[in-house]
Amino acid sequence: MRLPLLALLARGPAHGYELKQALEKLLGAAYPQPNIGQVYVTLGRLEKAGLIEGEDIAQSSRPNKRTYQLTDAGREAVAAWFDEPTDEPRVRDEFFMKLAVAPGTGMTDQVALINKQRRHYLNAMRDLSRLAAAEDRDNRVAQLLIEGAMLHLQADLDWLERCQEELEQLEELE
Amino acid sequence: MSREHREGRAADGGGIPADAETPVVVAEALVKMHRTEAGTPVKAVRGVDLRIERGEFVAITGPSGAGKSTLLHLLGGLHTPDSGRIWLEGERVDTYSEARWAVLRRRRIGIVFQFFNLISHLTVADNVELPALLAGSTPRQARDRRAELLADLGLEGKENSTPGELSGGEQQRVALARALVNRSSLLLADEPAGSLDSKGTREVLKLLSRYHARGQTIVLVTHDARVASAADRVISLFDGRIVDDAALGGGGAPSSRPGGGVSGTLELKG
Repeated sequence: MRLPLLALLARGPAHGYELKQALEKLLGAAYPQPNIGQVYVTLGRLEKAGLIEGEDIAQSSRPNKRTYQLTDAGREAVAAWFDEPTDEPRVRDEFFMKLAVAPGTGMTDQVALINKQRRHYLNAMRDLSRLAAAEDRDNRVAQLLIEGAMLHLQADLDWLERCQEELEQLEELE
Repeated sequence: MSREHREGRAADGGGIPADAETPVVVAEALVKMHRTEAGTPVKAVRGVDLRIERGEFVAITGPSGAGKSTLLHLLGGLHTPDSGRIWLEGERVDTYSEARWAVLRRRRIGIVFQFFNLISHLTVADNVELPALLAGSTPRQARDRRAELLADLGLEGKENSTPGELSGGEQQRVALARALVNRSSLLLADEPAGSLDSKGTREVLKLLSRYHARGQTIVLVTHDARVASAADRVISLFDGRIVDDAALGGGGAPSSRPGGGVSGTLELKG
């Protein structure tokens, strides 16, 4: 959450609660939201690292609030983040590892693994459909996030099909 | 119309009268062979057993060539099985002639296809009313039912359009109205969103879910997991056989599910 918070501060100074609200509004309900505690802890760390600096602002009827702004080092960190391409989808895959090592264990078989995984993905897809329906249709960012997750899941399901195809062919050869 | 009518016919056919307890579809050991262009026989459906209860929304999914469309066509009488038996609401139907299947489809099975299959030179209204008239409704009943469905499907004002003047999503909604005009007990859908964009897909899924919520039994074939996940039960077909038959999770909030599939999928890096 460090870099998204820094990037939000590149828009202008803000305090912790404003940042949390901005994230919520931007990402919608589908994205797992940080709680306010995590936001404050992260801001504390960023300040200690010299990426942001805080300033207490007195409020008449409430406790002081601390407003943060980016330092030059913080701005550089955000620039470097934007500059770097994001990791490609995983090559390391825990399910694939299970599939690879299952034969011969006598504890499960590959078709059972595939079926279980497919059910899991289909249920996840169903949850995403519901989130998409519940999310504000005009929140394009949130909708795109859900759509991206769905496309990833579809790819995972297609890949399960490929695994199954290969296994069936192996069985028929035996 | 036709609950008594139906049961009457079911009894005539020697079957058990349909009630809420009778499965809408039962299939036993269905086999269907296809021939390739070279003439080699290929088993498209290789021994499928299936039972679909009233009110279920079932998706049949699997890679292309797995036999899912063939299976659906067997259930709708569009193909004849090489062996195996089929009951529709307790009535044995696999032995039916083509003409009897045609009557069955008119009255009790609605079908929606990937490419809509509307009659292009008829208006939307006529496309929907025609099967009602063929099934014996009076013109007035057909008109009323058509108006009700088109309103329900958001197609008011399109009555006099021809299919070619409509978007894909709209055409599929007309096809849905046509499939439902006779209050079919079984709705079959073969890749209903297969030629629609994502907006059209959403619309059709929303409508299918709505009719399902009202008690419509639906069996749809799709390779699209998004579409499949609208169903309550997903049957995975592979190489002509059922390899998995899974009930999807119930109504609870997504986050209540252990394992956090959604959050896991949505988690950003960094």
